[in-house]
Amino acid sequence: MEPLGHYAPFTGWVYPNETVIEWSVAIVVYPYITGLVAGAFTVSSLYQVFGFKRLKPVAHLALLTSLCFMVFVPLPLLLHLGRPERAMNALLTPHWTSAMAMFGYIATFYMALLMVETWFSFRPFIVAQARRRSGLPGTFYRVLTLGSYDLSEEALRCDRKWIFWLAIVGIPGAHGLHGYVGFIFGSLKSREWWSSDLMPVVFLFSAIISGVALLIVLYVVSCKLRKVPIDLACLKGLAYTVWAFIMVALVLEGLEFANIVYKAREGVETILEYVTGPLLIPYFVLQFAVGAILPLLLLSYMIWRGTTGKALIAGVMLSAFLVLLSVFMMRWNVVIGGQEISKTGRGLLEYQMHVFGREGLLIAALLVAAPVVMLWGVTRLFPPWEEKAA
Amino acid sequence: MKQERISSLVARRAFLRKLGRTATVAGAVAAGAASIAQKAAAKSEPSSGRASFPTPDYDWTKHRWAFGVDATKCIGCLRCVEGCKRENGVPLDAHHFNTWVERYVYLEGEDRARVDSQADPVNIAASGSEGGYRFANRYQDAKVTKAFFVPKLCNQCTNPPCVQVCPVGATYRTRDGVVLIDQNYCIGCRYCVQACPYGARWFNEEKGVTQKCYWCYHRITKGLQPVCVEVCPVGARVFGDRNDEQSPISLFIRNNRVQVLKPETGNEPNVYYVGIDKAVR
Repeated sequence: MEPLGHYAPFTGWVYPNETVIEWSVAIVVYPYITGLVAGAFTVSSLYQVFGFKRLKPVAHLALLTSLCFMVFVPLPLLLHLGRPERAMNALLTPHWTSAMAMFGYIATFYMALLMVETWFSFRPFIVAQARRRSGLPGTFYRVLTLGSYDLSEEALRCDRKWIFWLAIVGIPGAHGLHGYVGFIFGSLKSREWWSSDLMPVVFLFSAIISGVALLIVLYVVSCKLRKVPIDLACLKGLAYTVWAFIMVALVLEGLEFANIVYKAREGVETILEYVTGPLLIPYFVLQFAVGAILPLLLLSYMIWRGTTGKALIAGVMLSAFLVLLSVFMMRWNVVIGGQEISKTGRGLLEYQMHVFGREGLLIAALLVAAPVVMLWGVTRLFPPWEEKAA
Repeated sequence: MKQERISSLVARRAFLRKLGRTATVAGAVAAGAASIAQKAAAKSEPSSGRASFPTPDYDWTKHRWAFGVDATKCIGCLRCVEGCKRENGVPLDAHHFNTWVERYVYLEGEDRARVDSQADPVNIAASGSEGGYRFANRYQDAKVTKAFFVPKLCNQCTNPPCVQVCPVGATYRTRDGVVLIDQNYCIGCRYCVQACPYGARWFNEEKGVTQKCYWCYHRITKGLQPVCVEVCPVGARVFGDRNDEQSPISLFIRNNRVQVLKPETGNEPNVYYVGIDKAVR
């Protein structure tokens, strides 16, 4: 008998072809990164469009974060494709009835939008550097000015207008990008665990909380690294944002699960066996209890008590980490969880994650870390910090 | 009919030529685009150009293929599984199948059927290898009240969700009602594998593309039967052209009360079953 090494062990009745779990941890990372993009962009839009002035210290950082993560969004997909050299086929000869075919267009559009908005946001800085610096860095900034050195009041007003409108267009762009990711899963009728009208919105709200949580972490860490005081008003603003959206995310995720249980269609016994068995810790404990309810309670407590200073920073940071974990677990539970429940409705499979290899744990971890490293480099070239950028 | 197809091909080629020209102007990046455009042109040729894919002089507008399974006849010998694997180059392991057979067993005092297929570890252990197919005699000492076999294969749905979700259109439904996959165009995203509610699709790791049962299209277009039908010793599998009222499949559908699997999906499968039980999915 040949070894069953990388195939999924199963219990009950499963279709034989299901014993190869086709969407791996790479496909878990993909919606996770996409969500962080959309969430970070939400923060920048809250400032640029909705005038949340207290978020000003992170507005530019949010934009750069969104951009850096967006660069890495296609990578897990490319790593996953059986024939990555044909990836462009989806752009050149798209099949319009496929939700996945839209990805190339939405992602390209959004990427372009992010780059243009970032350029407008950093134009005064780029011009200043182009004038001041010489040598290679000078040439770099001079090329980036695209020949426009005009920093008159009128030109800056024009820039602001562009930023405003790009931020407005970017909201449906970023959220469309992520809503569509939810649709990829929600629109499939083959799996009860995925087939839900709520899926796109669930993805969207979890994306928002993950992006804001990421910004909390990045902002606090960057302040520590730069040895500057943390703007507590800004941090509170971010905490309020997470607090508000986490409630919506929780309600939606709860409703989705309640719908499956209450409708109790065929196969619900297997789903219940699954969530109370192998998924108990990833789903109820990590995604809901530790990752969502705990930070919600913690943030509520801090808002109620008016906590401030170091306690506020520690509390908000902890909540942010937990939210980041919760959202990752949510992606995991959807992507892997869905495939661990057999399409027969009468069996369960067990995903065997590789550590090495194209779609292994190591690459997945690198994919999540890479945008942060890139962000570190980009903030060197385009400091998003208030006093320097201004 | 042919005229119409040729004119649409000419238009498509003109469009691709334009695309190709633009690409040349656009330079290095778009050079890749042109080559893919050429590939796309090549892809459309066999199906719409000669109207004979994959067999010369075969006209896919003249047939409407369908498949029947008489579960009351199946003895679970698994020749169909073995024949299919060898005919279609399916890996000889327990995780890749164009067709497989499920065994449903009701034991005394139990309301739910116990279901296994030849891919079950117990059955593999009994056969001695993943490439040897048999059902273990695991219920030898149990009191069986009802038992039967159900052969499974791609349902070649009229509304195939796998075709709907393919981002590049590499999988498509032919005029004669078979869902095919263009292996030179599939990008290997496996969205179709997820979309199929029957678990009929599998991924070929070596080729990096998805594969599945296509009713031996290379044989049926030559007037032959699919291999699984040909090797079945008891006639549990029936195949034919619904355009021919006297074909085995037309008679099978007309003379029996037939069922399809998972009709609630709206996929309208084209494999018709006789003699299956409520537990069959």
